[in-house]
Amino acid sequence: MTRTPLRRTLDYLVLSVLAFIFVLPALYLFLGSFKPSDQVLSGLSGFLPTHLTLHNYRAVLAALDSDSTGYFWHFMGVSLLLAAVVVLGGLVVNSMAAYGLTRLRWRGSSALFALILLLMLVPFEAVAVPLFYLLNGARNTLAVQAVPFVANAFSIYQFATFFRALPVSIEEAARIDGAGPWRTFFAVVIPMSRPVFASVAILTFLTQWGSFLWPVLMVSDPSERPLPLELSVFQGQQPPDWGQILAFGVLLVLPVLIVFAFFQRWFVQGVAGSAVKG
Amino acid sequence: MTSDSPAQALAAGRAKAPPPASARPGRPGRRNREWVHGLLMSAPALAGLIAFVGVPFGYAVVLSLYNVRLGSPLPPSFFGLEQYRRLFTDPDLSGPFLRALLNNLVFAAVVVPVQTALALGLAVLLNRTLKAIGFFRSLFFMPVVFPMALVAVVWRLILARSDQGMLNSVLHHLSLGHWGAHDWLGSAATAMVSVIALSIWQGVGFQMVILLAGLQQIPAELHEAAQLDRAGRWQRFCHVTLPGIRGTLVFVALLTSVLSFRVFDQVYILIRGGGLNEDATHTVMYEAVTTAFDRNDIGQAAAVTVVFFLIVVVLTLLQRRFVRPDPED
Repeated sequence: MTRTPLRRTLDYLVLSVLAFIFVLPALYLFLGSFKPSDQVLSGLSGFLPTHLTLHNYRAVLAALDSDSTGYFWHFMGVSLLLAAVVVLGGLVVNSMAAYGLTRLRWRGSSALFALILLLMLVPFEAVAVPLFYLLNGARNTLAVQAVPFVANAFSIYQFATFFRALPVSIEEAARIDGAGPWRTFFAVVIPMSRPVFASVAILTFLTQWGSFLWPVLMVSDPSERPLPLELSVFQGQQPPDWGQILAFGVLLVLPVLIVFAFFQRWFVQGVAGSAVKG
Repeated sequence: MTSDSPAQALAAGRAKAPPPASARPGRPGRRNREWVHGLLMSAPALAGLIAFVGVPFGYAVVLSLYNVRLGSPLPPSFFGLEQYRRLFTDPDLSGPFLRALLNNLVFAAVVVPVQTALALGLAVLLNRTLKAIGFFRSLFFMPVVFPMALVAVVWRLILARSDQGMLNSVLHHLSLGHWGAHDWLGSAATAMVSVIALSIWQGVGFQMVILLAGLQQIPAELHEAAQLDRAGRWQRFCHVTLPGIRGTLVFVALLTSVLSFRVFDQVYILIRGGGLNEDATHTVMYEAVTTAFDRNDIGQAAAVTVVFFLIVVVLTLLQRRFVRPDPED
């Protein structure tokens, strides 16, 4: 489309103003994390980049460094471990299921796939209470925080949509060469399917990293607490130390932001792709 | 329990791989074995989904028919539909529950149109070929990666009730000193608006990306043809853009409505530690969690869950109906 220089400048102006307003809360978070606590909540000067120090970061790590409060790196470790198990375990288990149910033809496969589509309707919130009751004996364990989220109906659906679009001829060629379904899947199909693995991994990671409802129900012990739950505990202290709370927040969001910066394309494709297919 | 089955399945798969290789083309024979492999491949995920979604979901329905309390010495007793009757008619219990339903309705009624319209506006603005457009797209998408717990905490500061709170102080300056301190989260009048604002900030980028993908599927020739016919920007928006993304738009609106019934994190955090007005903002999920976790009343909480699920199912079925006019897949 043809655009005059004036139009283009106007476009940039509108976008910049909107983007600036939109980014303000995030900016406030990052700036505040470097400011002395008494200057975070101080009107518009909260946006002035003055008196920047790393003090808050050191203070958070120092404040969360005992058995009664829990250890910061322990919270981080729990979150990373849970994310690793849910994401990697999920990739293996869900991609295999999608392949076994949609690319191998056998009686009952489509009925089972229909069952998975049906289970996709059930949001986690609808099973949180009975699961809380059923798994009450396993409270405060890492397993109870990770295992229920490995199998994921929506991931299976995403994999299935991708696998169905692959040409059958390549798999048939592999099968004629004597490869069984397992070798065909691991050596032929997976290497062709990197995009869907990337977007499922990223969406799963994003959801798991921010997971809050389940930890609220299942975790009280500081040594098994993931970061978001600890943030809610930490921000509830009286009186709140805002500099430290914001520094904690930055440490919580940094891993996702890094993943986002490097794999942005897959983020966006995963989100958009999930929708275009409905 | 599910964790060891993939390994077993793998081992089983290896063991089974060599024999068919002996009978070379072996098509029919192998086809018959297909179900063994298919079942083994899908077994771990199926087991997980049945154990952690299917069974608990059925169990929720059962629990809602019983009087079950966590840690109670009394055995669960059959209650029939008593839990549901209490939820809707018991003066003590129905108050908070019906209020939660109402709060969720208000939340959805505002968030769905406002967030969808905002997302559409942003998507249209960002659907052009400018330098650095990718940068702008990422800026608007960025809050989506923020955990809701963090969003709640940041907005707790922005909306702080003291005159030093960000919003109060902006309004103070804009009104030339006429605006005093306002307790955005604590006041019944603005508590819900506050929750809505922070939820939209976090979520709008998600919808924007979906709509952007929809916009990019509209053939450019349509816009060019409209331009040749001297259609203005607004006319092109109404007659080319909107019809072109009708399906995506409906999908986004209904997806947002399901999501807005699932709201929990921000409400819980801000009520518990941020002075958020509980009565005006607590949601159905908040009600379910407090009933189960704080009051140990599992039967009652299960009934709340079932009602919640029925609402979500109706919304999801609407979504399927509207979004997929073609029956294929």
